[in-house]
Amino acid sequence: MAIELKMPALSPTMEEGTLAKWLVKEGDSVSSGDVLAEIETDKATMEFESIDEGTIGKILVPEGTEEVKVGTVIAVLAEDGEDVSDAASTPPAPVKDVPGEGKDVGQPDEASSQAAIMKPQPAPRLADPAIPEGTTMAKLSVREALRDAMAEEMRRDDRVFVMGEEVAEYQGAYKVTQGLLEEFGPKRVIDTPITEYGFAGIGTGAAMGGLRPIVEFMTFNFAMQAIDHLINSAAKTNYMSGGQMRCPVVFRGPNGAASRVGAQHSQNYAPWYASVPGLTVIAPYDSADCKGLLKAAIRSEDPVIFLENELVYGQSFEVPELDDYVLPIGKARIMREGSDVTIVSYSIAVGLALKAADELSAQGIEAEVIDLRTIRPLDKQTVLESLAKTNRVIVAEEGWPVCSVASEIVAICMEEGFDHLDAPVLRVTNEDVPLPYAANLEKLALVDTARIVAAAKKVCYAD
Amino acid sequence: MAKASTPATTKPKRMPRKTPAKVSAPAKPPVEDENFALRSLQETFEKKRRYAADKDQLLGFYETMLLIRRFEEKAGQLYGLGLIGGFCHLYIGQEAVAVGLQSALTEGKDSVITGYRDHGHMLAYGIDPKVIMAELTGREAGISRGKGGSMHMFSTEHGFYGGHGIVGAQVPLGAGLAFAHKYREDGGICIAYFGDGAANQGQVYETFNMASLWGLPIVFVVENNQYAMGTAVKRSSAETEFYRRGTAFRIPGMDVNGMDVLEVRQAAEVAFAHVREGNGPVLIECNTYRYRGHSMSDPAKYRTREEVQDMREHHDPIERLKAELIKGGVTEDEIKAIDKSIREKVNGAAEFAESSPEPEPSELYTDVLVGTY
Repeated sequence: MAIELKMPALSPTMEEGTLAKWLVKEGDSVSSGDVLAEIETDKATMEFESIDEGTIGKILVPEGTEEVKVGTVIAVLAEDGEDVSDAASTPPAPVKDVPGEGKDVGQPDEASSQAAIMKPQPAPRLADPAIPEGTTMAKLSVREALRDAMAEEMRRDDRVFVMGEEVAEYQGAYKVTQGLLEEFGPKRVIDTPITEYGFAGIGTGAAMGGLRPIVEFMTFNFAMQAIDHLINSAAKTNYMSGGQMRCPVVFRGPNGAASRVGAQHSQNYAPWYASVPGLTVIAPYDSADCKGLLKAAIRSEDPVIFLENELVYGQSFEVPELDDYVLPIGKARIMREGSDVTIVSYSIAVGLALKAADELSAQGIEAEVIDLRTIRPLDKQTVLESLAKTNRVIVAEEGWPVCSVASEIVAICMEEGFDHLDAPVLRVTNEDVPLPYAANLEKLALVDTARIVAAAKKVCYAD
Repeated sequence: MAKASTPATTKPKRMPRKTPAKVSAPAKPPVEDENFALRSLQETFEKKRRYAADKDQLLGFYETMLLIRRFEEKAGQLYGLGLIGGFCHLYIGQEAVAVGLQSALTEGKDSVITGYRDHGHMLAYGIDPKVIMAELTGREAGISRGKGGSMHMFSTEHGFYGGHGIVGAQVPLGAGLAFAHKYREDGGICIAYFGDGAANQGQVYETFNMASLWGLPIVFVVENNQYAMGTAVKRSSAETEFYRRGTAFRIPGMDVNGMDVLEVRQAAEVAFAHVREGNGPVLIECNTYRYRGHSMSDPAKYRTREEVQDMREHHDPIERLKAELIKGGVTEDEIKAIDKSIREKVNGAAEFAESSPEPEPSELYTDVLVGTY
């Protein structure tokens, strides 16, 4: 059977090209790999190779022809002993509407509007587990709560292991992994060299291979060296594999500003990771949430970015003494109820927001404080319900203002809570500068209680 | 080395190795078996470079290599027709590497990971050409349900872990897979393939360090196809003998002709035995050549037509094996019958890939996360 040689697409974007030159003539026999013609695309002149063997029967598009559409039959190849001299009667026609062709993509059509309709609904919300009456509460530091969460999960599931810099023999650069080596041994508590890109990749690969790694970054500032694996390898693989390849890894470590460590060691990455579909991002505040959410993160089938804060590691909070305290991912927590203004916050700024609420209360303003706890997926419902109650929202965030989690909350309130708003939603964040070293400048740069109080009063028109 | 002045395609004959002269040795005592440890595999390999395959194995290698060749040619054709979009990197010319190595693995026990030039490695692992081709055309029946494309394909069932689009990323991921084999004590090993281009990525060396330090069961395979996209190895690499690049990490290297499936298979025998015995990683350099451009839109102007023709005519791995088969008594008719059945298989895959429907619009939202939160 004669083979039609069609104008090839030679780049992802090519739709037409110039048939610059024929390197064969009618009657020539060709074999696989022979160059038949030169074709000019918008980018380059490409050689058009024969894939099959045979004899050039008819050349239908002469050399020098411009704007030859991709898919146009340009010549006919006869296989052994075949006569194709009447091939010219077949009109050369460009192929149209090839399903799956690049140019179909992105055009608004029926399919995409259907897709919008079929968008999955959010899962039914899970409540925090009830704490039975009479449960004793233990005072635990955040550091201890995190360690206990890891230890409990390691006892429960032998696929769970911890790796990172100084996590084993040194007992953790911030002592979060203290005691784990002693209990679980060097097979499951692994000191890595200082090589974030490499060990983030190894952790991710181990998760793909069926283990449950907890990868500690000494701080998330260093994870920037590894971010390709967090995003391109961990977050996207389940989707790209059509759901075949899971990646149940937890990347954890301190995030945000510490104390006087300068700009390179002081950054909040929550907005970065929270923008990536395929990741779960958790940034808890107190000990109970750190414990319950880290346990949930380790059990999750999805990659989790677990953002801690060095400045609260040493703070102690009450944790219920329960055998298995696991909290739902994706659920915010109302830390303090109030009726006048909502302060949305997460991580270390929750503490500032609670202090601000006390000060506001003394001035007659009752603030509701929401700890988002999980940044992705974000619990919009809790925020919007609070907005409907107080009609005023501010967001307190220890991080930069531009493209921040606060910006996202502002957008949500505007898009989905507009009718309930009595005032613009305000962002109360760090200053938009790299964090300075000098004590006075650092203080000026960081979000604080006074700024939260001022913003709350402003939206209440009380200043 | 005289390498810089030689064309990229013809590696100079290796100089016989001399014992390195110790120049004013510092106080550090010499490590007793250093040379032996790092060169022992190469020495073993040099004693017997080609695998003694029986007729069935030879036919098997031939069929798989030919399947890859014809599949890739068809993929190129479908790309030209606009049925395959985006980036598409063909494996034509490199077939002996994946076939020689993976024929020595145990499917289901061992794991394989590679970069974006991944079609050949999947076919070498016996994954159905239909679902691979359907992925290339972005259809529902594709192995990633149309959501991955040419560069992002996986089969956990076969122990094939991708298909990774970022140059070099598969190397630490592969070490992670090897880590999991060791952790579970399941006896499996991992092959992590990467190119001469990826060999200059920093993460490769971070991985070499940890893999050697922790004795991970992994075989690093540099498929040196002579060009990192358009940059010849001698223009991008200070050390073009990639098999030596593990030396600083105490990883033994092997220098292999990647255009000869029997040589590759023999190297696999030596390397895999070493790794399976718990001796840590091995680095194999397979010297090979890609006939096509880096991707479909690469006019490959950085090399001469003659260079490509020379490789096709004198070093083609499929033609070489075909000649051996015929010499060994396989008839032209038998060869023709194989060619015909492969063509039918590939045409069948192409038809399947063209006729399978595109994914349902609702698939847009599936598989972002496993859990519901």
